[in-house]
Amino acid sequence: MDMPTVSDLVRTSNPGDWRPGDAWLAGGTVLFSYGSDSLQRLLDITGAGWEPLSVSDGGLEIAATCTIAELYAFPGTAPAGVRAEWRALDLVPLCCDSFVASFKVWNVSTVGGNICTGLPAGPMTALTAALDGIAVIHSPGGTSREIPVADLVIGDGRTALAPGELLRSVTLPAAALRARTAFRRQSLTNLGRSGALLIGRVDGDGTFVLTVTAATKRPVQLRFAALPTGVELRAQLSEQIDAELWHDDVHGLPEWRRYMTGRLAEEIRAELAASGSKEGSL
Amino acid sequence: MTYRINKTEVEAAPFPGQCLRTFLREQGSLGVKKGCDAGDCGACTVHVDGKPVHSCLYPAVRAEGREITTIEGLANGEELHPMQQQFLDAQGFQCGFCTAGMVMTAAALDEEQKQDLPRNLKGNLCRCTGYRAVGDAVCGHRTVDVPAGTSPAARTVGACIPAPAGPDIVTGRARYTMDVPAAELPGLLHLKILRSPHAHARVVSIDAGAALAVPGVEAVLTHKDAPGQLFSTAQHELHTDDPDDTRILDDVVRFRGQRVAAVVAASVGAAEEGVRALKVDYELLPAVLDTASALADGAPEVHPGTAGNIVAELHSELGDTAAGLSAADVVHEKTYESQRLQHMALETHGSIASFDEAGRLVVRTSTQVPFLIRRALCRVFGLKPESVRVLTGRVGGGFGGKQEMLTEDLAALAALKLNRPVQLELTRREQFTAATVRHPFSVRVRAGATRDGTLTALELDVTTNTGAYGNHAPGVMFHGCGESVAVYRCDNKKVDARAVYTNTVPSGAFRGYGLSQMIFAVESAMDELARGIGMDPLEFRRRNVIARGDAMLSTSPVPAEDVHYGSYGLDQCVELVRAAMERGQLSAETSGDNLDDQWRIGTGTAVAMIDTVPPRGHMSHARIRLQEDGRYGLDVGTSEFGNGTTTVHTQLASTALHTTADRIVIRQSDTDLVDHDTGAYGSTGTVVAGKASLAAAEELAVLLKGFAASLFSNTSAQVTLLADAVECAGGRISLADVAVRAKDAGIDLSAQGRWGGTPRSVAFNVQGFRVGVHTGTGEIRILQSVHAADAGVVMNPLQCRGQIEGGIAQALGAALFEKVQVSSTGEVTTKILREYHVPAFADVPRTEVYFAQTNDSLGPMGAKSMSESPFNPVAPALANAVRDATGVRFSVLPLARDVVFLALREARA
Repeated sequence: MDMPTVSDLVRTSNPGDWRPGDAWLAGGTVLFSYGSDSLQRLLDITGAGWEPLSVSDGGLEIAATCTIAELYAFPGTAPAGVRAEWRALDLVPLCCDSFVASFKVWNVSTVGGNICTGLPAGPMTALTAALDGIAVIHSPGGTSREIPVADLVIGDGRTALAPGELLRSVTLPAAALRARTAFRRQSLTNLGRSGALLIGRVDGDGTFVLTVTAATKRPVQLRFAALPTGVELRAQLSEQIDAELWHDDVHGLPEWRRYMTGRLAEEIRAELAASGSKEGSL
Repeated sequence: MTYRINKTEVEAAPFPGQCLRTFLREQGSLGVKKGCDAGDCGACTVHVDGKPVHSCLYPAVRAEGREITTIEGLANGEELHPMQQQFLDAQGFQCGFCTAGMVMTAAALDEEQKQDLPRNLKGNLCRCTGYRAVGDAVCGHRTVDVPAGTSPAARTVGACIPAPAGPDIVTGRARYTMDVPAAELPGLLHLKILRSPHAHARVVSIDAGAALAVPGVEAVLTHKDAPGQLFSTAQHELHTDDPDDTRILDDVVRFRGQRVAAVVAASVGAAEEGVRALKVDYELLPAVLDTASALADGAPEVHPGTAGNIVAELHSELGDTAAGLSAADVVHEKTYESQRLQHMALETHGSIASFDEAGRLVVRTSTQVPFLIRRALCRVFGLKPESVRVLTGRVGGGFGGKQEMLTEDLAALAALKLNRPVQLELTRREQFTAATVRHPFSVRVRAGATRDGTLTALELDVTTNTGAYGNHAPGVMFHGCGESVAVYRCDNKKVDARAVYTNTVPSGAFRGYGLSQMIFAVESAMDELARGIGMDPLEFRRRNVIARGDAMLSTSPVPAEDVHYGSYGLDQCVELVRAAMERGQLSAETSGDNLDDQWRIGTGTAVAMIDTVPPRGHMSHARIRLQEDGRYGLDVGTSEFGNGTTTVHTQLASTALHTTADRIVIRQSDTDLVDHDTGAYGSTGTVVAGKASLAAAEELAVLLKGFAASLFSNTSAQVTLLADAVECAGGRISLADVAVRAKDAGIDLSAQGRWGGTPRSVAFNVQGFRVGVHTGTGEIRILQSVHAADAGVVMNPLQCRGQIEGGIAQALGAALFEKVQVSSTGEVTTKILREYHVPAFADVPRTEVYFAQTNDSLGPMGAKSMSESPFNPVAPALANAVRDATGVRFSVLPLARDVVFLALREARA
């Protein structure tokens, strides 16, 4: 929708240009969807020329301005060696398809925009948090800092970004990209907003990482040195997720989200246990 | 800045915060629609550099230098894009408001994407069709009949004639309410509304100084500018049907979201800034936010003088229900709750008030009832009918929501004050928070049956929440308690009902008009009684529903004198559903046999009856004439908002005149065209307005034959009407020539028809579901959906099927997930479409639709109404199937997954 209070659109990615009343504009699909009656300027970062996706030995760097469509296409167009080695890329289409937004919106909306919106059900938050993504943040003082995505989203619509700070990129480390993964999601409607979105991962050293999103107000990660038993997993879930952390909005009652989290976590555990033993026998 | 729109270069400068949608509309691409303005509905879809995007989310400045294609640019000259043709061939639309965006999206899909329409059409919402027709269109299935030839015997009634508006809809040329080119409205002003942040408050003062200082602001309107005449936003043939409790702007606000003041300005942005600059001093008043507190002793009165906050009440007893209950072997007692729903017509409310050359006030508005709006405006402003014209463009969906005056009064007030054209277009957020909703009903049922399958008593205690205003409160309550009760033969019936004011968003007319809420309660109770006595629920219904000739009794010991069995097909509907469900049991696809043991399988059914016309008068007037081009011009008053009545009128008239439907040229819903039309509500577009059109066409046929006979000298043979000519004794004269010769002779070849909406008949619907319920997640999967309808002679099977499918889809939303949420402080919290999920392609199963074979003696050419009623039996049929599957009775709508899961868990514990 229109935002008539906006008096200027500035093409910049320099946090030094930011002042109160400004908003960073990437795809714009969140800003223009909710509208605003107070914003004065939009700082358009899409002209910064950031490479959307950069592969290196260290992993995959995803620019904040990488569109969902570009990310979705990546597994299919990545070099064969990368595709074979980075098994966790299987999560990319699954997470993209967890958007309520249609593929048309993917043509415009960005990975960074989804993370910075801070929605509990943000599928890019889920994807990048689950793979231990590290966010690079540019600050107004000309400095930059790094923070795990899992710590960047801190509540419903809340992030650890200070005013004027700009998410530059998220890097997914190669070790996590090589992991075996499992994905589960529940929603109140067939292709609707996630009520619970869980991703499990087993790294090369056997470490098991379970990332809970959508069901909780912020991402919650559980780490185990090896695949836990169902009992151990349940115990950790109840220990690490306080009652008030279960998300409560029209997309699912907190109690339902809690049960779905337990159910999906166990499904993930079982799937990774089964695929692990199959792999071991090969 | 240079933009390329549909291969044409345009020099223009959008403002920095402008989205592409409004920019394209400013450039004349009025086919780009606003449905939600937030990226959820897809009605604004365009292509940028060949890729489909939601233009409401796209910064306009970013489109500079790119190739923009809108629906207007999709065709290659006059040659339609294949997808446009496919939407015509399958009639993949009803109101058509979503169609431009749907076509633009579908045109961008590759063959692989077309294999997964639930996923790839999730960004396009249609509220009318239920998506079957959309799916057929995208996949290229032709369902409309080839337009009939010029055979003199052509009988177009009963054929799948395509909607006359189709070509305009698929090309974006159809003009909806707001689609008026800027050049036609010089000096147009925009109106925005300041809305109450309080559930109940007195407006002590309004300081407009800062608002008036905003550049572009022309006026601020407050209660001091508003006429004192009270009215109801509800519109009926008799305005006395609804309480006069509303002012255009009031000095007391009674719900959060109510109008407090209006700002009129040269632009939407300036008007919004003016609204933000208003300073209002409120004196808070005690509020009642639910019916229990509104009915409590000593509760504050929402409207002073309305004792107990009761707008209307009804108390009746036929027979002796206490005796009936004590004679019963099984008694069921439970309270059933139906929630608030939003109509979610894709086109929001909006109107444009302006003046014609003669100085008349002209109001172009999105309404189901243009003639009643004129009447209401005249009453409120003290104007004469001849000084006001009300008309519609094409209307983008209604569902009852546009049987209200929610924008016209304010736009007219501003226009009259400023003597300039003024536009008021509600945002989707205003639609959610400040338009009307379905009445929440709380229905306490006590019912009893004996083991032989006899219903011995039916007691209903009903409380409806009308919100802050009484629009439709009496009508919805009375109608709800009518056919839902009358459909059962039972010696002992008791109804106590009351409609209650609360300080919440007003309830209003909604598809079904009270019946859906009552039928949810009654049909759930019938299911429980049947289970209690160990009888198949459909068999129990078959034994207890009225048969032809039975008195139809609900709350009065004598039946309504003008409701008759013009036809009766309930028995057929029951059998059609029974047989289809039995077939479904045998199919692997629909039986659920393939599901794992976490799924519970069950079936459920429900019946619904509806009078084919509302009571107490529903008038229509039609005019028809032979045009000089040899076609027939038919003027009708009723509105077209996707109900398909325009097509039916062409079918009725062309059948009477022995011509083809495309030779009937319709003009409609304009107070200048005919004397009066009560409007398109109560499912009357075919059975009332259609009857007037048919009468006019039949009279013209007689006149035409008579005049034509005079053109064939030296013969006494009969004149025969052909599609485009008259024929007599081997001679033939074209209709165009007949028209010229009539004019030369000073003969007026025109006729009129009227119908007063009485006597009335009854129509029936029966729904059946087979569902799987997942005990681990609460998911309800619809394995089979069956619907049988008794619509009399079906005028247009394709359209009628579409109405039924759309009604079922809308009702599935109501049964499964839709709910307008109101907070503990009276605030509507479901403010955007993402928070109020309406059925998308992925949510709607295919329904097997069957028609009873009946021929109504009262309707036009045997037809009955079939637009509201398919909605009504859906929720209880679904709840009954879930009950059958799980053993748990759900008495509160909707049956959302989280609620279902937690209830099943509790039941196991």
